Amino acid sequence: MHRDYDVAVVGGGLLGSAIAWGLGRLGKRVAVLDEGDIAKRASRANFALVWVQSKGLGMPAYTVWTVRASQAWPGLAAELKDQTGLDVCLQQNGGFHLTLGEDEYEQRTQLVTRMHNQVGAADYRMEMLRASEVRKMLPLIGPEVSGGSFCPFDGHVNSLRTFRAFHTGFKAFGVGYFPERPVSAITRSGGGFRLMTPQGEIRAHKVVLAAGNANQTLAPMVGLFAPMGPTRGQIVVTERTMPFLPHPLTTIRQTDEGTVMIGDSKEDELDDRALKHPISAVMADRALRMFPHLGRLNVVRSWAGIRVMPQDGFPIYDQSETHPGAFVACCHSGVTLASNHAFEIARMVASGALEPELVGAFSARRFGSEGAANNSGY
Amino acid sequence: MFRRSDQDKRPSLQIFVDGVAVEAREGDTVSTALLASGRDVRRATAVSGAPRLPYCMMGVCFECLVTIDGVGNRQGCLVPVAAGMQIEIQKGKREIGR
Repeated sequence: MHRDYDVAVVGGGLLGSAIAWGLGRLGKRVAVLDEGDIAKRASRANFALVWVQSKGLGMPAYTVWTVRASQAWPGLAAELKDQTGLDVCLQQNGGFHLTLGEDEYEQRTQLVTRMHNQVGAADYRMEMLRASEVRKMLPLIGPEVSGGSFCPFDGHVNSLRTFRAFHTGFKAFGVGYFPERPVSAITRSGGGFRLMTPQGEIRAHKVVLAAGNANQTLAPMVGLFAPMGPTRGQIVVTERTMPFLPHPLTTIRQTDEGTVMIGDSKEDELDDRALKHPISAVMADRALRMFPHLGRLNVVRSWAGIRVMPQDGFPIYDQSETHPGAFVACCHSGVTLASNHAFEIARMVASGALEPELVGAFSARRFGSEGAANNSGY
Repeated sequence: MFRRSDQDKRPSLQIFVDGVAVEAREGDTVSTALLASGRDVRRATAVSGAPRLPYCMMGVCFECLVTIDGVGNRQGCLVPVAAGMQIEIQKGKREIGR
């Protein structure tokens, strides 16, 4: 393998792959250093939404950034298809968050109002709809559905194929992919960086830390700060069925190949090898009350996955002041923001400076000594 | 392709395949009865639509998926036939609610 690169991207998940693809697209010599198969790979456990609604409560800049990503996704999907032949099945015809009963409807209405009242946030036309309106778009909802919020920008993709397309694509751009190389130390050397791995060291002029929750450990090696607060989520998957769900929901989606995914649990638990069946049961029960027809389907898989989650739920993008050329990037919504990472963050890393008007709000400098409550509404 | 053994003396019973009466034998599985019927009983797979027939006959390959009495994606090789059973050759994905 070569040992001298323009950029070393630490982490080969969805975020690192998107940035590496973007840098390769700009003609940079890039190495992606990844862990092995026993890593807790958040990118393989996600729910695959390209999601706008309710993002950014408490940080209007996150709303703006998310809307931008959503609008850039068609261009990303088209480029990936042209380059790799892989169709990521992007569907952006609007998405729902459904509510069961009046109390949930009231709570959601208040959230929508608070989002609309935020100064400086992009208006993405999230609105509350009563069940009679929802039924016109989702004919199979059950009698307990009181309504829900709808946002015309929301959608979803085939996230595993997206992940594969980034990897296929960046290899075509000449990016080197090196698994089984967890980074144990990063030191400066002659205007660049040396990254130590169990299989030797790599030298690069710049470093992008894209290692998800591990960024918390790596960031201090280059004078950066990335406080993380990972959570665990569970997902239930059914057998394939004919298309019945024309719009994705925050908690239920039907994939391009017909399976139904049910998700959105959250626990402060970091073991991804075991499931809690009571949690799956609640998710399945709520899904059934939203769409009674699901009761006839067989469940074929379920899994637990660890979410990458900055401490306050909002993305972190920073360049080190003490180690110029070292960047950190982490966020929860790696699918939604993939377009921004591929186009904007890659461009900024290549040019050597993060642009404050786009990502200034996401510096880790926002974390005071008190930390922040998680209210990102991811 | 398949024919019944002359030594098979089990009593026959009637099932329906896509609405057409078909003779099966007591103790047949749905897959056996379909293969023995002489009809074209190829299903179409859920994603590509490729034609498939029952293969392993022991519950592991899922190539025999069929709609039985209105319930889709049943493994025909694991379900014994019953008189009057309504079987539909499944073309593509199961329908929600069926």
